[in-house]
Amino acid sequence: MTIAGANRVEMAEPSESGRFGDYGGRYVPEALVPACAEVEAAFRAAWADPDFVARYRGLLADYAGRPTPVTECHRLSAELGVRLLLKREDLTHTGSHKINNVIGQGLLTVEMGKQRVIAETGAGQHGVATATAAALLGLQCVIYMGEVDTERQELNVFRMRLLGAEVVPVRSGSRTLKDAVNEAMRAWVSEVETTHYCIGSVMGPHPFPWMVRELQRVIGDEAREQCRTLLGGSDPDLVVACVGGGSNSAGTFAGFVGTSARLVGVEAAGGSAVGRGVPGVLHGMRSLLLQDEAGQILEAESISAGLDYPGIGPEHAYLAGAGRAEYASAGDDEVLDALSLLARTEGIIPALEPAHALAWLVRATRDGTVPGGSTVLLTMSGRGDKDASQVMSLLGDRVGLG
Amino acid sequence: MALEPALRARRDAGAKLLVTYMTAGLTDDWVDYLQVMVEAGADAVEVGLPFSDPAMDGPTIQEASVRALARGVTPGSALSALAAREQPVPLVAMTYYNLVLRAGLERFAARAVEAGVTGAIIPDIPLEESAPWEDAASGAGIATVLLAAPVTPDDRLALLARRSRGFVYGVNLMGVTGERATLAGSAKVLAGRLKALTDLPVVMGFGISTPEQAVEAAAAADGVVVASVLMRSVLAGAAVGEVGAQVADFRRALDEG
Ligand SMILES: Cc1ncc(COP(=O)(O)O)c(C=O)c1O
Repeated sequence: MTIAGANRVEMAEPSESGRFGDYGGRYVPEALVPACAEVEAAFRAAWADPDFVARYRGLLADYAGRPTPVTECHRLSAELGVRLLLKREDLTHTGSHKINNVIGQGLLTVEMGKQRVIAETGAGQHGVATATAAALLGLQCVIYMGEVDTERQELNVFRMRLLGAEVVPVRSGSRTLKDAVNEAMRAWVSEVETTHYCIGSVMGPHPFPWMVRELQRVIGDEAREQCRTLLGGSDPDLVVACVGGGSNSAGTFAGFVGTSARLVGVEAAGGSAVGRGVPGVLHGMRSLLLQDEAGQILEAESISAGLDYPGIGPEHAYLAGAGRAEYASAGDDEVLDALSLLARTEGIIPALEPAHALAWLVRATRDGTVPGGSTVLLTMSGRGDKDASQVMSLLGDRVGLG
Repeated sequence: MALEPALRARRDAGAKLLVTYMTAGLTDDWVDYLQVMVEAGADAVEVGLPFSDPAMDGPTIQEASVRALARGVTPGSALSALAAREQPVPLVAMTYYNLVLRAGLERFAARAVEAGVTGAIIPDIPLEESAPWEDAASGAGIATVLLAAPVTPDDRLALLARRSRGFVYGVNLMGVTGERATLAGSAKVLAGRLKALTDLPVVMGFGISTPEQAVEAAAAADGVVVASVLMRSVLAGAAVGEVGAQVADFRRALDEG
C-alpha cells in the first residue's frame, strides 16, 4: 500500500548542497571540502555502476551472510498482543548492521585509490566492522575510540587489534563517541590524500548521511519483500528501529517510507536528540543536537555506548519535522527488561541498542499506543555478545549469576 | 577598530603583520594577557570563544578550551569582558558556528560589535555555507575572514580571496592548530598563490611556533598568526609579563626580517 497525494514524504537524494529540508549540508573546514566532493563524486559514480554494485552485493551475500532472515516471534507476539517480526541484522558477520556500510565504503576506498581507512567508534561495533572490511580488502585501518569506551568495551578493542587495526584511545573532551568523531576529523585533515574517513552512521557532512543510508537500505528493501511474503502481500502496520546516529533505522525506513507503515525511531532517553535537541551544527552537519543555552554540546548518557550520541542524522531531523517518522525514547531499566524478555521468550539475546526499540514497543503495546493485533517489523540491529559482561554486571543478580 | 583598514595601513607602511590569539576565559585575568599582547606589538588579536567540540584545534587549544569552559566562560561573558576594556587594535572573534547559530546570527554579530569585535573567523563554515553569516556580519560591520587551505583549487581560491574581508587567512598545512618543529612547505606555496590573487592582507597561520618560522612564513605573505605556542605558556602558568616578552620576540623578529 502506498500513501497517496500530498502527504507523500520520500527518502530521496538530498539537494545539491546535501540538504534534507533544512538539515544536512557540509559544514567542514576548507581543507576537507575537496575530500567531501571527491567522496560524493566517487559514490555517485559507483552507485550507478552495475559492476561496483555487483561487487558490493556479492560481498554482502558471500561474506556478510545476506539476505538476513525475518523471524516471526510467536511467543513474544502472544505476550504483547501483536504480530512481531524481527529483521535479523544480528545474524550478519560481525554481528550488526554496521557491516553493510563498511563493505560499501571499503570498496569505495579502493575505488578512490586510497590505501587507508580511519573510523570513529562508540561501542566498538563500527570499529570492529571497519577493521574487518579493512582486513578483507587489504587496507590499513586506524580506529578512534573515546578512552571511556575503550575501558567499557575492552573486548572489542582486542577484536579490532586482532583484525590488524590500530586503536587510538581519545583523551579529549568527554572521552566518548563525539570526541572520537572530533579526533577522526582532525586526523582526516592531515591524512586526507591517502585516507578515507569511513563514518559509521547517517551523520557527518554531505555525502555521508545520504551515502550511508543508501548502503544500509538493503535492510529495508529486503525486509519489505520478506514482510510481504509473510503478511500475505501487505506491509506491516508499524516499523520500529533504534536510533543512535540513525543508520539502521534510516536503512529500514528507506524500504518502508513509500508504504503506509507508521515509522518509529527509538533513541536512548539520555540521548534523545529529537525529543530534547535544538537545531545546530556539529560534525559537519546541521541537525538536532543536545546542547546548552550557549550552544555547547552536551553528552548523551545511557547504558548503550552505541546510542550515546548527542545528535541524530539530518534526514531523521527532516523526517521528524515532516511528520513522516516519529521518534520516541526508552530508559535504561525498561531496556534491560526488554532484553531479558526477548532472551527468555525467543532465545535471542539482543544488543542493548535494539533492545531500546523493543522496550518502546513493549510499553506502547501496553499503553495502547500500538493497537492490539498490529503487525510490527522491528530491526534487530545487533546481537548481545558485545554487551554480555556489562549486562551481567547490571542483571547478574536477577539472573542468578552476579 | 575596523579590521581591514588597520591591517592595510600597517602593511602599506612596510610592517609584517603579527596577529596573536587568546582563549577567552582561560584565566581570571585573560583580558590582561590580551592587552599585553597588544602592548608587545600585536597588530590584531584573535579572541577564541571556546566551544565544546573544537574539531579544527590541536591539543593545546583543545586544552585551553576545556579549561576555560570548566571555569564557566560563555560567549556572552567573554564578550562582556572585552567590552569593558577598549583596545587600540582590531579584535577578531574566532569560534565555531554552533555558538553563533545558537545566539542567532544577527544577535551574535550585534553583541560582538558592542564588545569591540570587528572581525570573525569561523572555520567550520566553508564558502558553500557561510553566506548567511557573512550577510549578518557585514550588516553589523564585522569582517568575515575566510580560510584558504593548501588543497583549495585555483578557482575556489580566487572566489575565496574575493569574498574574504579584513584579511585572507592562509592555513599553512593540512592539519589542525598546534606547534610544529618546522614550517610546512605548503605554507610558502599557498602564500604565493594568495598574494598573486589579492591585494587584501594575506596572513598565514597554524603551526607557527618560533620567531624564525614567523619570519619565514611572513616573507611570502603579509604576516602571521601565532596561537598555540602562546596558549601553551598561559596553560603552563606563565605570568602576563612573560607572555608579553614572548610576543615581543615575535614582533622584533618580524621587524628585523
Ligand atoms: C547493534 C547496534 N545498533 C545500533 C547502533 C546505533 O547506530 P545507528 O543508529 O547508526 O544504527 C549501534 C552503534 O554502535 C549498534 O552497535
